[in-house]
Amino acid sequence: MTIAIRVENISKKYKIGTAPGKFRYGMLRDQLAALPRKLFRREEGRAGVNFIWALKDVSFDLEEGRVLGIIGRNGAGKSTLLKVLSRVTEPTLGTVAVRGRVGSLLEVGTGFHPELTGRENIFLNGAILGMKRAEIAAKFDEIVEFSEVAQFIDTPVKRYSSGMYLRLAFAVAAHLEPEILVVDEVLAVGDAEFQRKCLGKMNDVANQGRTVLFVSHNMSAILRLTQEAIVMQKGQLVKRAPTPEAVDFYLASGQAQAGERTWQAEDVPASAAPFTPIALRVRDPRGAVADSFRSAEPLTLEMEYRLAAPITGLRVGIYLSTVRGEYVFTSFDVDDPGLYEKFSTRPAGTYTSRCQIPADLLNEGRFILGVNASSFGVKRYFMDENALALTIDPMGAPGMQWAEPRNGLLRPRLAWTIEEKE
Amino acid sequence: MPEPTTIYIKPTTGFAALNLRDLWQYRELVVFMIWRDIMVRYKQTALGAAWAIIQPVMNMLVFTFLFDRIAKVPIDGNIPYPLFAFAALLPWGLFSTALNTASRSLTANHNMISKTYFPRLVLPIASVLSGLVDFAIAFVILIGMMIYFGVAPTAHIWWALPAFLLLAIITALGVSLWLAALNVQYRDIGYALPFLTQFWLFATPVAYSSSVVTGKWQWLYSLNPMAGVVNGFRWALLGIGTGPSPELWLSVGIALAVLVSGLVYFRNMERTFADTI
Repeated sequence: MTIAIRVENISKKYKIGTAPGKFRYGMLRDQLAALPRKLFRREEGRAGVNFIWALKDVSFDLEEGRVLGIIGRNGAGKSTLLKVLSRVTEPTLGTVAVRGRVGSLLEVGTGFHPELTGRENIFLNGAILGMKRAEIAAKFDEIVEFSEVAQFIDTPVKRYSSGMYLRLAFAVAAHLEPEILVVDEVLAVGDAEFQRKCLGKMNDVANQGRTVLFVSHNMSAILRLTQEAIVMQKGQLVKRAPTPEAVDFYLASGQAQAGERTWQAEDVPASAAPFTPIALRVRDPRGAVADSFRSAEPLTLEMEYRLAAPITGLRVGIYLSTVRGEYVFTSFDVDDPGLYEKFSTRPAGTYTSRCQIPADLLNEGRFILGVNASSFGVKRYFMDENALALTIDPMGAPGMQWAEPRNGLLRPRLAWTIEEKE
Repeated sequence: MPEPTTIYIKPTTGFAALNLRDLWQYRELVVFMIWRDIMVRYKQTALGAAWAIIQPVMNMLVFTFLFDRIAKVPIDGNIPYPLFAFAALLPWGLFSTALNTASRSLTANHNMISKTYFPRLVLPIASVLSGLVDFAIAFVILIGMMIYFGVAPTAHIWWALPAFLLLAIITALGVSLWLAALNVQYRDIGYALPFLTQFWLFATPVAYSSSVVTGKWQWLYSLNPMAGVVNGFRWALLGIGTGPSPELWLSVGIALAVLVSGLVYFRNMERTFADTI
């Protein structure tokens, strides 16, 4: 097998303040003011500057025709890695050898101009993504058909709905045919129907024997599209394994102990303020924090957080989903109208929102707890869709006299009656 | 499918190679970006492409009123002042528009830079070249004015006009490369640009004749390639002046030096664009 991508000891250093997402421009004035100091006391001047390593000593090889998933929490270095591989930014140290043309989809619709029509934007966007004019012309009909916006193709895209816009943007990107495709989270766009279509297209690309690198927070997409994945943590590659194993490793990471997730200051984006998550815990009926529970017993969820300032309309809630990414349910602490009234404005302070998941609800398997803190229609303060993983054990559940796995996500104890016709 | 080539991605040290071959491979993108600039420029304006005419014509009228009627600035030759001014406003308009759009081209397209790879030179080059369309439209007005005033162009027009146009483009691109790269890190450039353009306009004999500056200061003009361009246009189109003097080579040399140093500086800064923009 030929190696398509060889990454050797890649590191990327950002000066704090120039890291992506933080907009602070170097000011000419500062530079001029610092000039004498720089000239005469070079070392001292250096020591005062703060750096972060967005990537640290990352190495891996990828064979041609393989699909590799990249998973990790926010700020783990996934996006920086993709940026280095797609030549958007240079590594600080190390080398990457890439065999073939790299198509990168770090965002859909890059360079789309609102004043231009759909048709014009297809050509423009294609050219930005590195396609030749003739290539775009040859695929034009296919792109339009995929995007489902045929009747608006000569309308300026500023008149499009956001869904149409995204569909068109993804359609162009999906028809890019490089030897190596680098994809970042583009599937998080559009409605469920379109997401399915996108996943299908990604699957086709993978089946055509092209090399694909795929970053996503959607574990079900990662599990479906990749056989192998790497896990990034604080800029380092901490695990490379078959995808199910890597996903499990990722979900278990970041837990202070089994059944407890805590957040350090650096895990919380600045946009979360004034909300600060502290911990999420799951307890069994005896009050012990654990990550494995019996289906037949109730379990208690606790979300601990701090508000630096009062928030009006705050709701703190959980998502429960399977490791494959299917949602089981969503619930918020002020779902009850009485509580909603009582906590219409939550003053600053430290809180614990607690709830109980009743016994005999979940089927056996692995589940993921996500956290969401938001004010409906105003702002989403904090969200972590993969906060904690827990395992449900079927011991004592209804129907255990048969040693067979039960289909479905739920395993309720239903009050059956049996009547015999007389 | 041809055998894929291997690309090595590593930190560049020292002065980056110019790597103009990469730019050549992306030439279609240059064409697309020019086309986009032109398509978008006058969208949702009531007057549309007429603005390409209105701008220089209004400038000409203001100049005629201020410098000819009020200040009575003397001009050489037997040429009506409006024509005298318009022949200079054409290359000046191209230059100042190019400077303004190209210097902002990187920051205006920051999402392209932070999300995709392409030679960043594409953006300022496309911005500079897209001004040629406005130039061509305004040129039609100039022809009309020459017919109206009964002024015939000189025989040099065929080679001199393209040559001076090229000098204007080289100067605009060279300065823009410096400013565009600086603008990524220091947004001060955006604020300084209007002053720079205004100052440069006064330092260029657009509203007045270069012969008002006489004697030992005349050489100063050769430091400003745009003075050579403006004089060249007037000479080729209207027969004003004596044509290219040896000092013009100094202007050409300066323009080329700015272009080459601009290319080197731009290429050298390019690797951090995505991180700092």
